[in-house]
Amino acid sequence: MTGSPGGVSGPPGGVSGPPGGVSGQPGGVSRPRGGASRPPGGVNGPAGGGAGLTGDGTRPVSWGLREVSVWHQNSPALDRVSLAATAGQVTAVVGGDGAGKTTLLRCLAGAQAPGTGQVSRPDARQIGYLPASSGIYPDLTVAENLAFRAAAYGLTAARAREQAAEYLGRAGLATARDRLAGQLSGGMRQKLGMIAAMVHRPQLLVLDEPSTGVDPVSRSDLWWLIARAAAGGSAVVFSTSYLDEAERAAIVLALDDGRELAIGTPEEIVAAIPGTLRAVTERPAAQDERRAWRRGGRWRIWDPPGSGAGAGEPIRPDLQDAVTIAALARELQLAGELQLAGGAA
Amino acid sequence: MTAGGAVSPGRAVSPGRAVAPGGAVSPGGPIPSGSGPLARCVAVTCRFGQLTAVDQVDLRVNSGEIVGLLGANGAGKTTLIRLLLGLLPASEGEVALFGAEPSRETRRRIGYLPQGLGLYDDLTPAENLEFSAAVFGGGRDGDKPPGLPAALRSYGDTVVGSLPLGVQRRVAFAQVLSHRPDLLILDEPTSGVDPLGRARLWDTITDAAAAGAGVLVTTHHLEEAGECGRLVIMAGGAVVAHGAAAEIIGAARVSVVTAASWTAAFTALERAGLLVALAGRSLRVPGSAPEEVRRALGGIDASVQEAPATLEERFFQLTLSTSGTGAAR
Repeated sequence: MTGSPGGVSGPPGGVSGPPGGVSGQPGGVSRPRGGASRPPGGVNGPAGGGAGLTGDGTRPVSWGLREVSVWHQNSPALDRVSLAATAGQVTAVVGGDGAGKTTLLRCLAGAQAPGTGQVSRPDARQIGYLPASSGIYPDLTVAENLAFRAAAYGLTAARAREQAAEYLGRAGLATARDRLAGQLSGGMRQKLGMIAAMVHRPQLLVLDEPSTGVDPVSRSDLWWLIARAAAGGSAVVFSTSYLDEAERAAIVLALDDGRELAIGTPEEIVAAIPGTLRAVTERPAAQDERRAWRRGGRWRIWDPPGSGAGAGEPIRPDLQDAVTIAALARELQLAGELQLAGGAA
Repeated sequence: MTAGGAVSPGRAVSPGRAVAPGGAVSPGGPIPSGSGPLARCVAVTCRFGQLTAVDQVDLRVNSGEIVGLLGANGAGKTTLIRLLLGLLPASEGEVALFGAEPSRETRRRIGYLPQGLGLYDDLTPAENLEFSAAVFGGGRDGDKPPGLPAALRSYGDTVVGSLPLGVQRRVAFAQVLSHRPDLLILDEPTSGVDPLGRARLWDTITDAAAAGAGVLVTTHHLEEAGECGRLVIMAGGAVVAHGAAAEIIGAARVSVVTAASWTAAFTALERAGLLVALAGRSLRVPGSAPEEVRRALGGIDASVQEAPATLEERFFQLTLSTSGTGAAR
């Protein structure tokens, strides 16, 4: 049941689009060593190495995408994106509306075939997927939704009740068991959707913007559920448009316009940023304004490598700065206003 | 409280300060002499039957400042906004806008961005702005409203409903600013926006404040709170904290656990009934001192250190203790 049936790679000639891909665009700023298909090493992850998309029995299992592209009409929704999802680890996909997050997660969860590239995932019964629409039945109660989902995944009734009770209690939904799902608040609905996706303790848990529109209190419950799933051995991949949330994951993939903008641990992404960052208190002069943005009551100005930093206080970028710089660099490259040697740092 | 509001636009400007020269001049006439806060609530309460949605709230928004309004769903933020917009009457207390009761005239001087953006899907960006200008009577003093920014004109005849969400949001911002409001009320203005886009929207917001507008903004994401000069945190209808982010965080601390295997540490701390949050590969335990955390970890190999709480962690302490749901979590 844990194998990847048929390699689950994209059907040749499926969904697809222009042969030869869409190339020639400047790459994202950070394209770290070895690409994303390498399971990222770290405290809890597999120890480095070039392990591919499947586990070798001695390391935590890793699923993922390799060089996946998807076209909608003639424009790429995803352009050669790779990502590993490792058991017991939380991975974040961050980007704005239209960045390609949903397409990526749908490919990973098996809800959509990639145009080109490979996807590795466990058997469908070992996948939990929370779609952006939360995927619950509004005219069933909370308990019925979970019972239905558990039955679909082949859990015994007793086991399902026990698992559901733990999650519902911890997520503050215990008293809502008999309420119709359609009458829940947005945050409660998202929590229910997430519990429904993880009640069978899947090997791979894919969550599409679980916290969008959810208030901070419900969001902390969602985060507890994410941590609980990963602690139980699931490979968790979730999407968000917020970097403070992405920063709580072990590995972050930033997407922009269907392309990888940056990938790695938050520290790696920050370290891969080319050039320097400084802060000034006055609105920057015209020549700097394209590379400047406001943060915390001051202006940040990014100076590309070799441009020589101007006046201001040097700043160590954090993840939010780093992803902003990566997006800015890509925008300037596309506009022909910036060349970075080799397209990367 | 810096001198020279333009230097540090996010900071509170003293209440007595008039609108910045060259800034947003209201189409509804000059700000009353001795201009106090643009918006002021004094001990405002709003009840719906048995439910007290807003409970004895004090709030003020001055010219040139950005005030962040934070709270969980049901904390009373939306009701408070509806009170300010004049859509709801207060059960008790006083709501004043530009020194007067909320009315059609005060509404004219407010730019309100609802969560749903408030655009007409079947009109083009330019038509949306024209409609808004007609409604607000923008330019009635002979001044032409600013209209669509150059970057948005390229969408020409495309109706708003067919534009990407990010573009729609920029159109909505342009519309909200087009009648040069004195007070901006923005309800989750950056939801779904990528980091660079968000930085640019905050540029727009901060520019408006630097030009003299007062801004009241809600967000569910506390990383944005750093852009606000002052924060107001609501829970259970009441204000539970206000001030700059650093003041609100104060001396609150959390324990940070770094373990060879975070999953083992997480499971142990959970079993001990502690509140645990995953952050990267470490765990944060608010509300428990390092000794207690070490005891709960038992023999697990881990380092436990104390660190300052984040605004989000402090927010939970404040809101959970008030709403009484803490025990359930």
